[in-house]
Amino acid sequence: MQEAMIKRAKELLADGTVNRVMGWKKGEFAYDTTPAVFETAEEIDREFVYNDFTQANQSKYLIKESRKEGKILALLKPCDTYSFNQLVKEHRIIRENVYVIGIPGGPKIDIEKIKAKGITGITNVKNEDFTLKIETIYGVETMPFYEAISVKCESCKSKKHVVYDELIGEDGDVLDSNRFDMVEKLENMTAQERYDFWRGELSRCIRCNACRNVCPACTCENCVFDNPKSGIDQKAAADSFEENMFHIIRAFHVAGRCTDCGECSRVCPQNIPLHLLNRKFIKDINCLYGEYQAGADTTSKAPLTDYRTDDCEPSVVHERGAE
Amino acid sequence: MQRIGVFVCHCGTNIAATVDVKAVAEALSHEPGVVVSQDYQYMCSESGQELVKNAIKEHGLTGVVICSCSPRMHENTFRKAAASAGLNPYLVEIANIREQCSWIHKDIASATDKAIILGKAAVAKVHLNAPLTAGESPVVKRALVIGGGIAGIQTALDIAEAGFDVDIVEKEPTIGGKMAQIDKTFPTLDCAACILTPKMVEASQNEHITIHSFSEVSDVKGFVGNFTVTIKKKARYVDETKCTGCGLCTEKCPMKKVPNEFNMGLDNRTAVYIPFAQAVPKVATIDPNYCMMLKNGKCGVCSKVCSVGAIDYKQTDKFIEQKYGAIVVATGFNPIKLDKYDEFAYSCCPDVVTSLELERLMNAAGPNGGTLLRPSDKTHPHTIVFVQCVGSRCDDEKGKPYCSKICCMYTAKHAMLIREKYPDTEVYVFYIDVRTPGKNFDEFYRRAVEQYNVHYIKGMVGKVTPKADGKIDVQASDLLANEQLHINADMVVLAAAIEPDKTARPLATMLTTQMDTNDFFTEAHPKLRPVESATAGIFLSGACQGPKDIPETVAQASAAAAKAIGLLCKNSITCNPCVAHSDELMCNGCSACEKVCPYGAITYQDKEFRMPDRSTAIRRVASVNPAVCQGCGACTVACPSGAMDLNGFSNSQIMAEVDAICK
Amino acid sequence: MQVNENFEPVIVAFCCNWCSYAGADLSGTNRLNYPANVKIIRVPCSCRVNPMFILRAFQRGADGVIICGCHPGDCHYTSGNYFTRRRITLLYSMLDFLGIERNRTRLEWVSAAEGAKFAAVMNQFVEDVKKLGPNRRLEDLRCRKQ
Repeated sequence: MQEAMIKRAKELLADGTVNRVMGWKKGEFAYDTTPAVFETAEEIDREFVYNDFTQANQSKYLIKESRKEGKILALLKPCDTYSFNQLVKEHRIIRENVYVIGIPGGPKIDIEKIKAKGITGITNVKNEDFTLKIETIYGVETMPFYEAISVKCESCKSKKHVVYDELIGEDGDVLDSNRFDMVEKLENMTAQERYDFWRGELSRCIRCNACRNVCPACTCENCVFDNPKSGIDQKAAADSFEENMFHIIRAFHVAGRCTDCGECSRVCPQNIPLHLLNRKFIKDINCLYGEYQAGADTTSKAPLTDYRTDDCEPSVVHERGAE
Repeated sequence: MQRIGVFVCHCGTNIAATVDVKAVAEALSHEPGVVVSQDYQYMCSESGQELVKNAIKEHGLTGVVICSCSPRMHENTFRKAAASAGLNPYLVEIANIREQCSWIHKDIASATDKAIILGKAAVAKVHLNAPLTAGESPVVKRALVIGGGIAGIQTALDIAEAGFDVDIVEKEPTIGGKMAQIDKTFPTLDCAACILTPKMVEASQNEHITIHSFSEVSDVKGFVGNFTVTIKKKARYVDETKCTGCGLCTEKCPMKKVPNEFNMGLDNRTAVYIPFAQAVPKVATIDPNYCMMLKNGKCGVCSKVCSVGAIDYKQTDKFIEQKYGAIVVATGFNPIKLDKYDEFAYSCCPDVVTSLELERLMNAAGPNGGTLLRPSDKTHPHTIVFVQCVGSRCDDEKGKPYCSKICCMYTAKHAMLIREKYPDTEVYVFYIDVRTPGKNFDEFYRRAVEQYNVHYIKGMVGKVTPKADGKIDVQASDLLANEQLHINADMVVLAAAIEPDKTARPLATMLTTQMDTNDFFTEAHPKLRPVESATAGIFLSGACQGPKDIPETVAQASAAAAKAIGLLCKNSITCNPCVAHSDELMCNGCSACEKVCPYGAITYQDKEFRMPDRSTAIRRVASVNPAVCQGCGACTVACPSGAMDLNGFSNSQIMAEVDAICK
Repeated sequence: MQVNENFEPVIVAFCCNWCSYAGADLSGTNRLNYPANVKIIRVPCSCRVNPMFILRAFQRGADGVIICGCHPGDCHYTSGNYFTRRRITLLYSMLDFLGIERNRTRLEWVSAAEGAKFAAVMNQFVEDVKKLGPNRRLEDLRCRKQ
């Protein structure tokens, strides 16, 4: 797959269709991959990588990249195409300046899940017929591939590319995923249990802003939390309230726009399941206002900028049974 | 440094009886920035206002808080007082300690505490008030009326009467609309043409009125007082300025088999045509779908016979641009298409007609010269069945949920006219309800029943079946007698529901006005502002807003004209300064605000910005047109970055109030 | 739960200028009592109420927040309260999801003619919040009153 992508990227660079390529390059460790922009075939040959660890959603980088001179090639996994589309819809990405190749997506591997098995000193990981051969400085270890699948890929919503100029590999379908199971489980708890659950999770927040910075929906020129004029700016949370405030407001600001790409939870160094907040909004929107998938198209009205005269009242929350 | 004055009103004993006003004034005097805090018996009185004015001058106040009755009562009073003392009127805040405090609480201690908190919230807010200046925007003294039916004509005549120029845009070759097709009008039974055509002529001769017939609105830009409208004048292949309307071309045109839409397709016209004798403008139009010269270049008869050389086969659509201060929408209605109503055999039986078709069949200028004959065999019908509510008050997909309002009355009219002229004809009317509210309407209906012996039967027609002998079997139920009926009819007349014209929806998009789910234009307020749309400067006339009969349409048309004249009389409009504004440096250009704006006040521009790293970048940023924005604030919450804020109710002001209340 | 008889909750009410604020005025004009705990903030339209304001109120020590607007279909700005309804429904659902007591928040439609309704709604709301006791799950300890 990596070879096919490199070949096509070099062709498009050579024939002048694009002047840059957005891809991933190797990081410090074998399992580190980081989004990168390549300008020459040599750079691509030297550094371009696409493997089971390349998870990062590239869409957000294209806001800036699509505003530069010339056209850029973007290699988008199915989940990335949703974010891309949503950003095109919000006039953040300039579509004409991006050449999109749809590439197959995950499931991807989460290195933390391997490390959680007590495996350390990892130098390389190979996927051989759904068994991971993990080379470490202490020798080779194995574990089943499925045990290392990253959280965001476990509940993949779609293998379909909603936007592309061409495809490498096959296009898939929207999946019937189980992504709302955990939200449902929480909904069935008592209010006290939910409160305790979230306090336990959110109290770990160190306000590193990684979730916000990676989120393809959080693209504000100036975030309200950084803006002294907003009246709610805060740096490190000084009180548990500020942890709640930050995550509620962030989830609300991306409600109806979040494509559920799962990047927020993936990058959280404290492993807070932040995606559950976004999924709660998505689930509510689907239940109360009709199925809506942000990024599935660039024309539909977003649920929070739309209404029906016979929408339900907030009392539906009360009608959900005991607290 | 803020210098705030607090003025606590006793309102006689209205406030002072339950709120310790002295304690309130004393407590608020310690709030930050407060330099004077006084109480007075009647703050709104002449001397109370003097007190405020003097304090403004004496202490050089930068903000004023009045603790008194509701701002809905005296906010303007105190704003004016402040302005006369040289303080910006928007630096005044009211703490409502009467309606929302003294009048609802009995305990003096808690009422006083609450009054103090409300006062503190107002002080906290006024700290953040900014001086606002109501903007002014000039008014172009010309109106556009879209639609040339009776509604549009009446509106245009009334506006012209007031001395303003007004243009009518009509999509058909002539003005007149539906009323021109109607034979007689209820409840007076006077001839529609006799009362309409003089108005059409009056409109064409009025020096202030310009009629753009066979034209459409293709683009609308701008806002109240200053709209720029592009009008598409469709090619009619006849030079309007030369054509004398002599009609020779229409006589000589060899293409004579064109369905005549004016007569609802019940007879034919020629390819070059004048819709009807009293058409205004009386100018021929060539139908390019049928003209042989335009289709294959073979004919040219009309051009040869035209003595003034008005025929121009090379004419193309023309676009003209014009500025207007006000726009009146009068796009009217149409009967719905009945092709889905198989049960009434409308599509397969020529003797099943709609009410509007019946109007033409009975009209002296209609296909039969005014003699009511069956379309199929031109014989006199002896039994006629009227079916009410075809598609009206209907809860399925085929029809409309609303009452079309006019059908009960015109059916009574039809029944009466038929019984009057042809007493040997039996007339049956099947109805759900007979609705006759209106002056002399019920009397009219009762005359049809009592004097003219029209058989009104409560019940719905289930099936209409054409028979081999040319008769029509009408199967119906009589709900009152609880029996099934079969009527052997010669003709069936369907009271088709009416719906807004199909051009209304795209027009509403251009005008950024709102429509309901049935495509009727939505008025700004259903009770209090029935002829204005929610978009400033756009007014609604006639059936485009909802089903209406002629008297109601004319009344609304004149009302819309009055509103438009009220606007055009002004040289400029004062805008509400409490409007939204966007901080371009923070704006993402995501369009969320635009999507929730009910007024179309928000537009986007690509602007060049200097970035922190000294590069320049083109960014899409929102800007609010203060003349159009009404200040609801929907955009401020839709905006994730907080770039959108509202004057007078800014984020920081509201949060300051929250803080003061919760402290 | 034990109800503290002396607990006087802080209630913030956001009222739209055209309907609910006028409705509140009417309940005053008609001398219809409701507890002094309720403090009203006037906003042009219920759609002006940012979720930020609601959280801010809880942070600064409010025990209940209620938003009042024109009845659906009667909005002075035609569509404002429809947006309010969606936003607030989602926000309240999220607060519920985080384990915040449902009865601390409410959205009510009160017209300018419904003075009696305004008073009844406020009486009920204050009573409900009193039953819940002080807001502890969404407070900022720095702002807690001693």
